[in-house]
Amino acid sequence: MTALLSFQNLAIARGDHVLLRELSGEVSPGEILHIRGANGVGKTSLLEVLSGLRNPEQGTVVRAVEPEACHWIGHRNALNPALSPFENLHFWCAVQAVSTDNVRGALREFDLQRVADHPCRQLSAGQKRRAALARLALVRRPLWFLDEPLSALDEDGVRHWLGLLQEQQKQGGAAIITSHQPLRIQLPGLRTMELG
Amino acid sequence: MQAFAAVLARELRLAARRRAEWALPLVFYAIVATLFALGASPNAPWLKVAGPSILWVGALLAALLSLERLFRGDYEDGTLEQLFVSPQPVSLLVAAKLLAQWMIIGLPLTLMAPLLGVGFGMGTGVIGVLILSLLLGMPALVLTAGFASALVVGLPRTGVLLPVLVLPLVCPVVIFGAGAVRAAETGVPADAPLYFLGAIAVLCVCGVPLAAAAALKNALD
Amino acid sequence: MTWIPNWLHRLASPPVFHGFADRLTPWLALASAVLLGYGLVGGLALAPADYQQGEGFRIIYVHVPAAWMSLFVYSFMAGAAVVTLIWRIKLAECVLTSCAPVGASFTALALVSGMLWGKPMWGTYWTWDARLTSELILLFLYLGVGGLQQAIGDPRAAARACALLAVVGFVNVPIVHYSVEWWNTLHQGPTITKFDKPSIAPSMLWPLLSMALGFTTFFGYVLLQRVQNELLWRERGNPWVRETLA
Repeated sequence: MTALLSFQNLAIARGDHVLLRELSGEVSPGEILHIRGANGVGKTSLLEVLSGLRNPEQGTVVRAVEPEACHWIGHRNALNPALSPFENLHFWCAVQAVSTDNVRGALREFDLQRVADHPCRQLSAGQKRRAALARLALVRRPLWFLDEPLSALDEDGVRHWLGLLQEQQKQGGAAIITSHQPLRIQLPGLRTMELG
Repeated sequence: MQAFAAVLARELRLAARRRAEWALPLVFYAIVATLFALGASPNAPWLKVAGPSILWVGALLAALLSLERLFRGDYEDGTLEQLFVSPQPVSLLVAAKLLAQWMIIGLPLTLMAPLLGVGFGMGTGVIGVLILSLLLGMPALVLTAGFASALVVGLPRTGVLLPVLVLPLVCPVVIFGAGAVRAAETGVPADAPLYFLGAIAVLCVCGVPLAAAAALKNALD
Repeated sequence: MTWIPNWLHRLASPPVFHGFADRLTPWLALASAVLLGYGLVGGLALAPADYQQGEGFRIIYVHVPAAWMSLFVYSFMAGAAVVTLIWRIKLAECVLTSCAPVGASFTALALVSGMLWGKPMWGTYWTWDARLTSELILLFLYLGVGGLQQAIGDPRAAARACALLAVVGFVNVPIVHYSVEWWNTLHQGPTITKFDKPSIAPSMLWPLLSMALGFTTFFGYVLLQRVQNELLWRERGNPWVRETLA
């Protein structure tokens, strides 16, 4: 089975300061790579390098999938506070060249249909996180990069997300997830990489 | 193209929900013009002479101050990252955003200038040249201010750094813009400066979105 | 990383550059001293007074080379900016950030010497002459680069932002020059600009060229020192710095 993504000898720097050295690994279809480490150790930077958002100081990343064909959900939700979740996701679809038909459905899947047309500033932190994760349901993509996906999520939100994740794994996709705490769920195909 | 239109539509929708965003620059423009008049004696002849300069610099400052935090909102809420992982070239999306800003801020300032021009004793022909010069010059101002705000997007507070970055770059635009209006006032044909304004505008439209996209990429690193 | 010539790749390594700068700096200092010495003596003492402007014209031995340097340094800075943007070499970043204050100083020198020239010659310290106004805008461009570099905390991000600004500014410089000249001649008509050089006799020319060359070697000397310091500071976590300074 060819790996969806593999990286050799990565060195990650922030400014002049080198955070991480000699990182290697790969992610195959059906796998979930969990990158764990304390705050500030460089998890987000590593994820950004793996997803192609920025270049590593050293080392290579070999991707079987183009960065534009992956899901990136960062630490921040990418939701403009003055627009509603529906408008935000609709905009995302247009920019990503994805059909806008599924937006209502994706919001419903994360139980947001009641607040779908309220400005995001009126939503709670958990609701905003759900709206951000709802992008995963808008279009099927083989590789996910998720930075602290479960932050601010309650049990229901985690359940919705897990459903999508299992579907992703079943269809041969993969996910790379960062968090500073251990994932309090059991997942098949989960591999943890500790940093720092 | 669909992405370009989506960015444009989003900016316009956001501006419609925050009326202060486009109304305040106009108020600022009027206040600046008034201050210059207050600084002189009423009906001082030099006000008429200084009119082109005051109106041009006033429009420039009003545009500049409104564009200061242009990309900051998107940077903070994470939208900028999403633009960089999209299949579209970021420069195209930046161009759409700057076009929207010209429509929201630049165009109203351009249309307001004639009203202030009357206050500075400009005749109809001169006001026509004033509008034309601002139509050609404002895009360059908006684009340059957008580029500078992309350079400083990661900074929490910029103070006067942004004007210090932008104003030397737009000196030629002010020279040709106000020069065109002065030429019209003295009856000399204003073609040359207007053509130069157009050339500068084209140069900015072609080059600045790329530079601004590079600056945003740098800030995300 | 795009293709890079071998010698540049070797020189760009900070320890190699440090050694290179150490070896070159004394020669540049010597050359500057000799060239500037000859230029100043030749220009201020030996060259004959200009028949039009009298003794006061001697300021051109400082003003003209300073103005040339202000443009040369900006071009050099823009070159370093392009290298930074394409190849991302730390040495180029340090050159870029070091050029800004040095170039600003040359520009300020050109402005002050221009003002000192103006007072005895035309009775006024400042005149909106094309050359002086262009120099003033150039000074603002330099200060913008310096201000941006200080405002951004992370040195690499700051250097790249300054590189973009320097390149955009560089494209702008000819536009600024042309627009200021157009603006200046609009009402004056075809008059001789106030800073026209007097007809050059050889005894005037050689000191002038010597001053220009002396300023250039002096710039090289100052730049190497600054870049060395900047590199040492930015590489302070690396072992070679400790070895070198020990």
